[in-house]
Amino acid sequence: MWTIIQIELFKIFRRPRTYIAFGAIAALIGIIQFGLKLDGKSYTDFLMKDIGGSMEIEGNVLNGYLICYIMLQLLLVHVPLLVALIAADMISGEANMGTLRLLLSKPYSRTELLLAKFFAATVYTLMLLVWLAFLALVVSIWIFGVGDLFLMKSSYVVLLNEADVFWRYTGAFCFAALAMVTVAALGFFLSIFSENSIGPIVATMSIIVFFTILSTLNIPVFNIIKPYLFTTHLNSWKEFFDIKVSDTNDAIIGSIQNPQRIINSVFVLILHIVGFVGASIWVFNKKDVLS
Amino acid sequence: MQQIVQVTDLTKQFKNLTAVDGLSFSVNEGDVYGFLGQNGAGKSTSIRMMLTLIEPSNGEIEIFGMKLAKHRREILSQIGAVIEKPDIYKYLSAYDNLKLFAKLSGINPSSQQLMDQLEMVGLAHRANDKVKTFSQGMKQRLGIGIALVHNPRLIILDEPTNGLDPQGIADIRNLILHLSRESKKTVIVSSHLLSEIEQIATRVLIIDKGKKLVEGNANELFDPSQTIVELQTMDNVFALQQLKQSKWLNNLQAPRNNAIVLKLDRKEIPILHTDLAQMQVQLLSLQPRHSLEDYFLQITSNNQHVDHYTN
Repeated sequence: MWTIIQIELFKIFRRPRTYIAFGAIAALIGIIQFGLKLDGKSYTDFLMKDIGGSMEIEGNVLNGYLICYIMLQLLLVHVPLLVALIAADMISGEANMGTLRLLLSKPYSRTELLLAKFFAATVYTLMLLVWLAFLALVVSIWIFGVGDLFLMKSSYVVLLNEADVFWRYTGAFCFAALAMVTVAALGFFLSIFSENSIGPIVATMSIIVFFTILSTLNIPVFNIIKPYLFTTHLNSWKEFFDIKVSDTNDAIIGSIQNPQRIINSVFVLILHIVGFVGASIWVFNKKDVLS
Repeated sequence: MQQIVQVTDLTKQFKNLTAVDGLSFSVNEGDVYGFLGQNGAGKSTSIRMMLTLIEPSNGEIEIFGMKLAKHRREILSQIGAVIEKPDIYKYLSAYDNLKLFAKLSGINPSSQQLMDQLEMVGLAHRANDKVKTFSQGMKQRLGIGIALVHNPRLIILDEPTNGLDPQGIADIRNLILHLSRESKKTVIVSSHLLSEIEQIATRVLIIDKGKKLVEGNANELFDPSQTIVELQTMDNVFALQQLKQSKWLNNLQAPRNNAIVLKLDRKEIPILHTDLAQMQVQLLSLQPRHSLEDYFLQITSNNQHVDHYTN
């Protein structure tokens, strides 16, 4: 099993397509960092204009932590596409190249092959998230420094003490990794059914867009299914940045306002991963390879 | 001689299409087993079932004395295959492809062994070049190198000469003969090109519409004393009249492709040529055709189902 995992990783990281995602993330983050470095004050003034009269913020608002949050909000919507680019190609790409029949005539079971491929896709996804974390958090801290994290939510503001932020990002990135692995599992499942990569990539994105719309629509009839849609939970990383307040309205350092939501989301996402991968194995083991 | 492959009543049904219909055959150790049939006859489907790429609807496959359904891993570790096109990873070099598939076949050869393998298929000088820069013939040779890298007992080549130029076809033919004669390998080679199979196979199976038409020894199927000759003349009506009035009357066969067809001993061809000149028949072409080819066309076009005429 370890041999095929090594081979799958070798194949992924020898393909030029793999580095498109890393390059795209670097370019996007670089441009945002460059823009904010040049004209960050205008941006923070724009953010603050609604609350300018009601409170006064001191210190370095436009710090690495805030910039990382801004970038996560922007990029985690697009990262699924970059994940799908590889995950949805894992089987369909082999079928398209004609290498699938050669792979399957080797002395490994289809289940072993699929699990190795999914593991490799997961490693790619995690590396993409590590790369994102490095550029968005570490490099932003290096350029912009650290400070308290000031976040404007839809109906309230959150102010996190500088010392209380880094661990939240660690949790948020871990959660985002799980969310992206769920996307990878969906793309992987869809790749079983196609002999070209474009179909599963487009299908993965279409499903995400479709269910995201269902998840965000405020129509009562959809409320029954919302908790079970994985798209409802993709953004639960934001829960790490909501803090509990004491009776005296002081922020409780190290607390999360609603940890149960995170646990529920983790549970739903893991269920989806197991479901998609299990279904992939079931379908693939029955499939005649005609490509 | 030890039986290495035993296929019994193999059937594959795709919805309303029966691609393979109750096919039974056996391959002995050391055979170059020619698997013949027109395009769509069911050759590739049968081979894919032997490689577990397609699940049979019915029937049983035994290889090396083990049931394929139960001993897939042990069996496949001793088989090397090229299935239709030699599709390999185009973004990797020949060396990397070979190494990768060697590992997948359960071996970890040294660099020298890999280079020796590339040398055997004539690609050592392109070892580090990406496969996307290779010609079809080079890809085919690399595909065969990959199939052989783990020194398998049984080699399955599905249409190995597809898309190759005459030199490429000759190279593959020589390689198969080398594998059979020097390395004592058992080779199953499928093709719709009879001329290819005829030159290399020791045993032949002909299938059509998924059914076995005939299975037997190639030298018995190919009887050199029964050559078919096709004649094209300036005036076929006149030529036919002359032949009917000559000693060649009994050799005449039903015409085909607007040609006069005769069945005769190969040694009689020069005599026929002289006689035609004496009859003042203006000859445009005289095309000898092998009897096996004729037999193949006859039985596949008539869809006659001939059971084991010989074993």
